[in-house]
Amino acid sequence: FYLTPPQVNSILKANEYSFKVPEFDGKNVSSVLGFDSNQLPANAPIEDRRSAATCLQTRGMLLGVFDGHAGCACAQAVSERLFYYIAVSLLPHETLLEIENAVESGRALLPILQWHKHPNDYFSKEASKLYFSSLRTYWQELIDLNSGETTDVKEALINAFKRLDNDISLEAQVGDPNSFLNYLVLRVAFSGATACVAHVDGVDLHIANTGDSRAMLGVQEEDGSWSAVNLSYDHNAQNEHEVERVKMEHPKSEEKTLVKQDRLLGLLMPFRAFGDVKFKWSIELQKRVVESGPDQLNENEYTKFIPPNYHTPPYLTAEPEVIYHKLRPQDKFLVLATDGLWETMHRQDVARIVGEYLTGVHHQQPIAVGGYKVTLGQMHGLLTERRARISSVFEDQNAATHLIRHAVGNNEFGTVDHERLSKMLSLPEELARMYRDDMTIIVVQFNSHVIGACQNEE
Amino acid sequence: AAGMFLRLLSDVRWRAANPTWRGVTCCRRSNSSTADPHPIALPAQAQVVICGGGIMGTSVAYHLSKMGWKDIVLLEQGRLAAGTTRFCAGIVSTARHVSLELKMADYSNKLYRQLEQETGVNTGYVKTGSISLAQTQDRLISLKRIASSLKVMGIPCEIITPKQVAQLHPLINIHDLVGAMYVPEDALVSSANVSLALATAASRNGVQIHERTSVSHVSVQKGRVTGVETDRGQIQCQYFVNCAGQWAYELGHSGEEPVNIPLHACEHFYLLTHPSKEPLPSNLPTIVDPDGRIYIRNWQGGILSGGFEKNPKPLFTEGRNQLEIQNLQEDWDHFEPLLSALLRRMPALEALQIMQLVNCPESFTPDMRCIMGESPTVRGYFVLAGMNSAGISYGGGAGKYLAEWMVNGYPSENVWPLDLKRFGTLQSSRTFLRHRVMEVMPLMCDLKVPRWDFQTGRQLRTSPLYDRLDAQGARWMEKHGFERVKYFVPPGKDLLDLDQSKTFYKPDWFDIVGSEVKCCKEAVCVIDMSSFTKFEISSTGDQALASLQYLFSNDLDVPVGHVVHTGMLNEKGGYENDCSIARLSKRSFFMISPTDQQVHCWAWLKDRLPDDSSLTMEDVTWKYTALNLIGPRAVDVLSELSYAPMTAEHFPSLFCKEMSVGYANGIRVMSITHTGEPGFVLYIPIEYALHVYNEVMNMGQKYGIRNAGYYALRSLRIEKFFAFWGQDLDAFTTPMECGREFQVKLEKGMQFVGQEALLEQKQNGVYKRFTMFILEDHDTDTDLWPWWGEPIFRNGRYVGKTTSSAYSYTLERHVCLGFVHHFDEKTGEELVVTTDFINQGEYEIDIAGQRFQAKAKLYPFSSLFTQRRRKEEVELSGYQRE
Repeated sequence: FYLTPPQVNSILKANEYSFKVPEFDGKNVSSVLGFDSNQLPANAPIEDRRSAATCLQTRGMLLGVFDGHAGCACAQAVSERLFYYIAVSLLPHETLLEIENAVESGRALLPILQWHKHPNDYFSKEASKLYFSSLRTYWQELIDLNSGETTDVKEALINAFKRLDNDISLEAQVGDPNSFLNYLVLRVAFSGATACVAHVDGVDLHIANTGDSRAMLGVQEEDGSWSAVNLSYDHNAQNEHEVERVKMEHPKSEEKTLVKQDRLLGLLMPFRAFGDVKFKWSIELQKRVVESGPDQLNENEYTKFIPPNYHTPPYLTAEPEVIYHKLRPQDKFLVLATDGLWETMHRQDVARIVGEYLTGVHHQQPIAVGGYKVTLGQMHGLLTERRARISSVFEDQNAATHLIRHAVGNNEFGTVDHERLSKMLSLPEELARMYRDDMTIIVVQFNSHVIGACQNEE
Repeated sequence: AAGMFLRLLSDVRWRAANPTWRGVTCCRRSNSSTADPHPIALPAQAQVVICGGGIMGTSVAYHLSKMGWKDIVLLEQGRLAAGTTRFCAGIVSTARHVSLELKMADYSNKLYRQLEQETGVNTGYVKTGSISLAQTQDRLISLKRIASSLKVMGIPCEIITPKQVAQLHPLINIHDLVGAMYVPEDALVSSANVSLALATAASRNGVQIHERTSVSHVSVQKGRVTGVETDRGQIQCQYFVNCAGQWAYELGHSGEEPVNIPLHACEHFYLLTHPSKEPLPSNLPTIVDPDGRIYIRNWQGGILSGGFEKNPKPLFTEGRNQLEIQNLQEDWDHFEPLLSALLRRMPALEALQIMQLVNCPESFTPDMRCIMGESPTVRGYFVLAGMNSAGISYGGGAGKYLAEWMVNGYPSENVWPLDLKRFGTLQSSRTFLRHRVMEVMPLMCDLKVPRWDFQTGRQLRTSPLYDRLDAQGARWMEKHGFERVKYFVPPGKDLLDLDQSKTFYKPDWFDIVGSEVKCCKEAVCVIDMSSFTKFEISSTGDQALASLQYLFSNDLDVPVGHVVHTGMLNEKGGYENDCSIARLSKRSFFMISPTDQQVHCWAWLKDRLPDDSSLTMEDVTWKYTALNLIGPRAVDVLSELSYAPMTAEHFPSLFCKEMSVGYANGIRVMSITHTGEPGFVLYIPIEYALHVYNEVMNMGQKYGIRNAGYYALRSLRIEKFFAFWGQDLDAFTTPMECGREFQVKLEKGMQFVGQEALLEQKQNGVYKRFTMFILEDHDTDTDLWPWWGEPIFRNGRYVGKTTSSAYSYTLERHVCLGFVHHFDEKTGEELVVTTDFINQGEYEIDIAGQRFQAKAKLYPFSSLFTQRRRKEEVELSGYQRE
């Protein structure tokens, strides 16, 4: 079974999406030029989600990738809801009041977010009312709390993450008279999702990360080469601090059982996540909810199963780790991706491949004749070959697609091998997950001129 | 790499002829020398300081010193001939499209040929000849046009078959060729050594040369050069010559008074190989394969081959940049298309071993022509730069012209096409230059067809009506940054895309322009002519009149409200400008000149008008939109719009009146057209432009009004034998030579510039005569169209060249305008051209090697002037600019 290059392309490009920040009067005032995103499923259906939106009542842009596990319900819910929670957390008191008054008096609501969505990125209509009422409760509390202080982005991000996770948990405990919704909120709570979210406003870049997706900055060095800077830490067993944190939060008696086979309680890879109430609720609560829940839940072995050595919940949190970075002109792009990418590719290669793609130049080893004996014919052959290779770059109009092509198709020499690509993409559904994970990538491109100008203003 | 460059320079046998110039020796010695690099102090003053020790700087020094100027200092920031000159490919080729460039190249070739004998410096001069290949018929036509030009210049040249190509050059694959042009006298030189030879000769003539001395800026006082500041101190001087190559732009901007020198560097690559097993003979002809975008010359038994790629890499946009200089590396991936073209042309070269890919930046200009002349803003500031990668070919001739310019006040040839003053500040934006040179560099190899337009750097200056006209199908061309309409594509009709309409034959707009012409003749057309340069000159007393009477050849002391066509002549009686001047009041004048006169005319007048605060001159080009109403019904449209009688009795020809048009008042209406048809030009303050245009179009509907463009105008003016400055007229043409004596008032009661020369011509006759030719056996549909620059033959002998041509829709024939000379059959000496000489000859025009019979006429067909307003109409309107 063999896929032709056009077939390969149609698979790779099925989910690609690009957004360019519009230029007004030729004056681009956003530090973001635009972004490319794409995802390649390995699970059927895919459990990853992505979101991107522009904040309309405050400045800045939000972008995020969400890696679901035990189903896609939680990732889907987080991808729909989290940005609203963040946006609301960032809103000044007056705007919150204005919005509340509008809702109260049935007037049209100020739009909070402008979404940039691929047609496949759906919103669940059924739950929108429920989600909205939870969100409204949140902003009403914010209004009551009015601290009078200006909102700190870091704090807003942390609050939003925690609040949403809390709401997910509560909604599942309370349930819903509508049986479909009732089942939905339970699925959301019992599945899990990691989140890696970027908030860009001018030169201020905040990354809020929960779990093992990753944010990476592509930096162009003075000599034109590319290097990678991590802007998030993975929350998994490989992160010593994270293991330390988990151990600190539980009695010493559990030290040996907390992390087993690099997994939390021997089960869960990410050490932080949304949902996953099985790692958060008390055993009693779990049992009560499952028993009173619909049959589908009750009959599900996974939901009924209580993790071993489950003594002092919660074991899991959705609280993000927030990293601030002040953008510099040499910071050319940001890659947000689920672990499906990072498992197959080193960040240094990611920086180089995206960097070269975005600049359209192959900075990789320029040919130098030096002292070697090379004939014109040999050189010509070499150049023709390189040209063919470069032209593969131009097959992609989307940096994320290009990255996926490399991640899936790279051979040991770091170039895309069509045969390999074809094989990897034609794996039957049941096998695909063994060779690769769901992969979701957002590549955000920065406007160095705007960033440079912002710097100079200071 | 250094090793190779040493080899390029290796044959310099340097004998210091002048003890004051010990700084320059062969590189070999200086490498090891740690002694003070500046043994000789800079002089405190000099007559001329030249900045730049490349081929241009040394050539200017050489020619200046030959012409007797001795007090000259040449400064070079690094080593002599170490910049672009050292790296350049060293091909001396006379195959040039512009005849002035051809002349410069021819002179350079002859100069270099004898330079070794003159100076004792080995220049590496080898006569190899060159072969320009044609892969297409269109390319062959283009080569044939050049061949025609070369032949009448006396430069041997042949159009040859692919088989003959193979005989001349054994390595060439000829299977895709349709023909070629062989120029046997073209040569190769070591460009660095030529430059050193010129420096040697110059220094023997007394020129002081200082290396490792950089000019930081030029000092200017009261608009004149007074000296230069260098890193080694100051030199006072009267003249400064900027030959700084790709740094000329920056140097021009370094002083307090910026001098705009619009050029921009692009990387340029060529390949050097080791010698072939059987070394290629040193006299192997140089190959130029423009369709493959490459040139190939023999180099030390191997080859040197470079080219002009489609995707050039501009650099130094932000000025001199250390990072970019360091990054000037071989870029093989970039060179790949050229290497492919090379191996396609000479497959046997596959086995040659690579020595190096050289990256040598070249500077390019916005119109692909080099830049020479004096700055319009700083007197004594001369420039010679922007050679568009032909520095060696032009070096000798360009240096000679500039030296003549400095010594005699003007070169021995009309160099307007290269004059710095053809540019203004508007071509000096870095962004504009960067974008434009990316278009210009590939054009070096592109086919030059008639009427092509640059695509980059457009829509800079536009009329307020631009959008309106564009929406009505206007197709645009550009002059001096100003968008002008070529013609209007009628709705529903679509022309071929740009590439396909490039043709030497009948163009696709033929019928479109034909119908615009018809409308001009039978009804009324409106043409937006806002691009023309407009000055207002006024004074509190009689100063304006007195000065203008002196500077212009016609009598300007006319009643208020009259318009006068007049030349602005130089001492030799040649046209520096050709304009219309309206007397607005006793003391103020409104002057209209061609678009590209904006810088030149301003500088000319500023230089010559008295420095008197009661006399003011203002450039009001931007203040007025000019609409030209052409055609017999123009008078009806205008009188309906103004409720004023516009008939000849009330508004005779060559009148100017301020009046209302529609709601707008204060519209300056002149009863002139630029075509000889009846009509008016409206000078409209820009805020009224849209209103007046709308009114004219609405009112004109019942008279069949339509928009027209410059192509229609051009056809109309050429069939009426109207000359156009910059095309037909130049600084070497007098009114007497183009039948315009009636625009000169020799007895206006006071002296004027050029009067003596004209009087002498009147007495003794002229040596060339502007003549109109009607092509007889030319088939418009199937024959090549004339353009300009075609040789004219009288009784089989060459007598001159055409300067412009157009198809006359009225005569249904092609009309060429051009100058006829009378060369003595034996001596070649120029003799007086009489009317009889013109009339008693059989003429032929050579279009790309094919000769067409032509009828010569010294006066236009009077039948073409449909509606005469006044008896003298023909004479008085015998005037045209562009």
